[in-house]
Amino acid sequence: MAECLYSRTKTIQEDKVSGFCPGCMHSTVMKLIGEVIDEMGIIDRTAAVLGIGCCGLQMDYMAYDNITSPHGRACAVATGMKRANPDTLYFTYQGDGDLASIGLAETVSAANRGENFTVIFINNGIYGMTGGQLAPTTLFGMKASTAPKGRIAEEHGYPMHVCETLNQLTAPQYLVRTSCNTPQNVMKTKQAIRKAFEYQLAGKGFSLVEIVTSCPTNWGLDSLKALDFLEENMLKEYPLGVVRDKG
Amino acid sequence: METNLCVAGFGGQGVMTLGKFLASATCDSTDKNVTFFPSYGAEQRGGTANCYVVISDEMIGAPLGDVMDDLIVMNGPSLNKFLGTLKPGGRLFINSSIVKDKIERTDIDIISAPVTELALEMGNAKVLNVIMLGVYVGYTEVVAPEIVWGTVEHKLGSKPKLLPLNKAAFDKGLEIGRAARK
Amino acid sequence: MARTFMKGSEAVAEAAVRAGCRFFAGYPITPQNEVPEYFSRRLPEVGGVFVQGESEVASINMVYGAASTGVRSMTSSSSPGIALKSEGISYCAAARIPIVYTNFARGGPGVGSIQPAQMDYFEATKAAGNGGFQMIVLAPSTVQEAVDLTVKAFELADRDRNPVHILADGVIATMMEPVELPDMMPEEKVKEIRESKRKWACVGHELDYKNRAWIEPGHWLTSKQQECNEEAAAMYEEWKKKDVMVEEYMVSDADIVLTAYGISGRIAKSAVELLRKKGIKAGLIRPITLNPFPVEAFEKLDYSKVKAILDVEMSIPAQYATDVEAVVRRRCPVEKCLCSGGNIMSREAVIDAVMKIAGQEA
Repeated sequence: MAECLYSRTKTIQEDKVSGFCPGCMHSTVMKLIGEVIDEMGIIDRTAAVLGIGCCGLQMDYMAYDNITSPHGRACAVATGMKRANPDTLYFTYQGDGDLASIGLAETVSAANRGENFTVIFINNGIYGMTGGQLAPTTLFGMKASTAPKGRIAEEHGYPMHVCETLNQLTAPQYLVRTSCNTPQNVMKTKQAIRKAFEYQLAGKGFSLVEIVTSCPTNWGLDSLKALDFLEENMLKEYPLGVVRDKG
Repeated sequence: METNLCVAGFGGQGVMTLGKFLASATCDSTDKNVTFFPSYGAEQRGGTANCYVVISDEMIGAPLGDVMDDLIVMNGPSLNKFLGTLKPGGRLFINSSIVKDKIERTDIDIISAPVTELALEMGNAKVLNVIMLGVYVGYTEVVAPEIVWGTVEHKLGSKPKLLPLNKAAFDKGLEIGRAARK
Repeated sequence: MARTFMKGSEAVAEAAVRAGCRFFAGYPITPQNEVPEYFSRRLPEVGGVFVQGESEVASINMVYGAASTGVRSMTSSSSPGIALKSEGISYCAAARIPIVYTNFARGGPGVGSIQPAQMDYFEATKAAGNGGFQMIVLAPSTVQEAVDLTVKAFELADRDRNPVHILADGVIATMMEPVELPDMMPEEKVKEIRESKRKWACVGHELDYKNRAWIEPGHWLTSKQQECNEEAAAMYEEWKKKDVMVEEYMVSDADIVLTAYGISGRIAKSAVELLRKKGIKAGLIRPITLNPFPVEAFEKLDYSKVKAILDVEMSIPAQYATDVEAVVRRRCPVEKCLCSGGNIMSREAVIDAVMKIAGQEA
């Protein structure tokens, strides 16, 4: 008798295929979000606030309610939604340009108010959809289409550490950095998302899960080399672990 | 029948409150049209403050006009700024404790009251605006004095301790205003 | 009903609450600070939510979010702040989210002056954000009208699932006038309105891909985008047929027709009264909706009798006048009586301008 060992999360539409590049970790993270929603049985009271860029590509094949926010404004949009309708679980899904550049004020202000929603922050150190421009999280030595010599401290400043920056604030409940480079880290990411969602349902306030990911296309590497680059460079700059957990 | 009034003075002299008391009383107890319009600047404190009250039997166009029927000035700079807007035959109410300038115009009625000194004599410098309100209402009777007092009483409802002082201040003003009319 | 003596900004906020508004986000800017201040006290009393956003940009996006959950939501600002909100306004229009927002306009451009002006006419009626969308634009001339139009704005916004814009000015915001407030909407009705939006509201739905809420301020498919634009354009055409509001005052026998909106409209109206007393046949066309524009009021004028139309407007250069000129089509001269920079229109200046057209000394 056949035994079902794995089936795709119901939160991803059966007949849909994701539009992400090979080796991109967006699809992994979305699968994890879908699984957490399935396991918690909360699809009927969950909605996503999508950032601009590749983050928005999921709107066509994830089954949860979603709204697209203007570039950088996801945390403001989510503030309005959660305050007006506290019974629904809201999470934003944002990249580094969206969250830490154009939307830095909205991110920091929502965190400082301790807004009771969850931020899923995809940090791949580069702008994806627009074609590899310099992001606040771009590493030294990483070439970008608007920084042909790579990040230069005198000109661009330093890679921004979002979890550590938000850790200066009193209000946030949970700040954690994970990755999806190994099966173990994928599981840790899933646990972090679940914990953040549970904290929200318990009314504990602002939580942010930063997921360090690769962007093979804009890094100019194949999937495996991108993984090596992530482990050798990204994770050195952005060490994994819990930055804050108020419990 | 339309009456345009401009009230002007230092910030902190209760100029806005004076105007609001008068306008609210008109709204509460008559069916006349009335507007109150504060002139606002960028500063929170200091400088001159002024407001406009228009009371009319007809519809009111602008809540402030180019030409004033009545002008209340609580300090020197306000006199210089607004005297030119007072129409011939208009009525000028002056806080003579502070405004010492000689008024060159002879085509207007001038009603003087040393409201800063009177307020200090009554033991609270802040009631100078209520004295001046009394002077204005006593002289013009644009709204019945008891109606105006009723509004002041209502607005001070949360601070009943202040009522006797304000009543005395209002009555003092009324007396000066009425005496000036004769 | 009893008259209450209220400041325009507070009266608008109270009217909104009574019309079922339960969410407001805003950011301080003179001359409309009493709007957020009032909501911050009032909304918690009725189970509503007030948020002071970290910026105008954040505030409009909070309203975009709140309205997307089905709650009647509003924001307010003044000219430079409205410009910042254009991003979120365009998103609301694109995604067809009903919101109401008020501009208590001040002098411009740039930081301009903080005093009242009518410098944002083009922005309000032609390009309130990117993408060529339109809104019904309401222009109150008294505090009472501001109250009535606020209630109307929420109804229109929900009817069309589209933003509605109230274009007021610093005078309406700061002046006090007697008003009759509408009755408080019963709580059951507030809930009913919210419930009626549940199908599209972004609040979570049972697992069913086709029935999930999908708030889309744009489309990957160009064909879908065009379809949405065509749908919106058809709605704008409908407004022209059914939503025009205009006050026509002593126009039928007028040989000089004044035209003005908002605060200039009431000043022009009082000028008409005084001109009539002088024996001048003046009249007034005062649009209450700036969009849709009251074309018919100008179409039905007898241009063989009307000597001139006088645009009375607190904007230099004139903006509203260009729409007037477009409908008058040179059938008579369109003269202008203008002020700007935060100066309030003088009734005497309006009267002088009319007397000049009439060929008489003031």
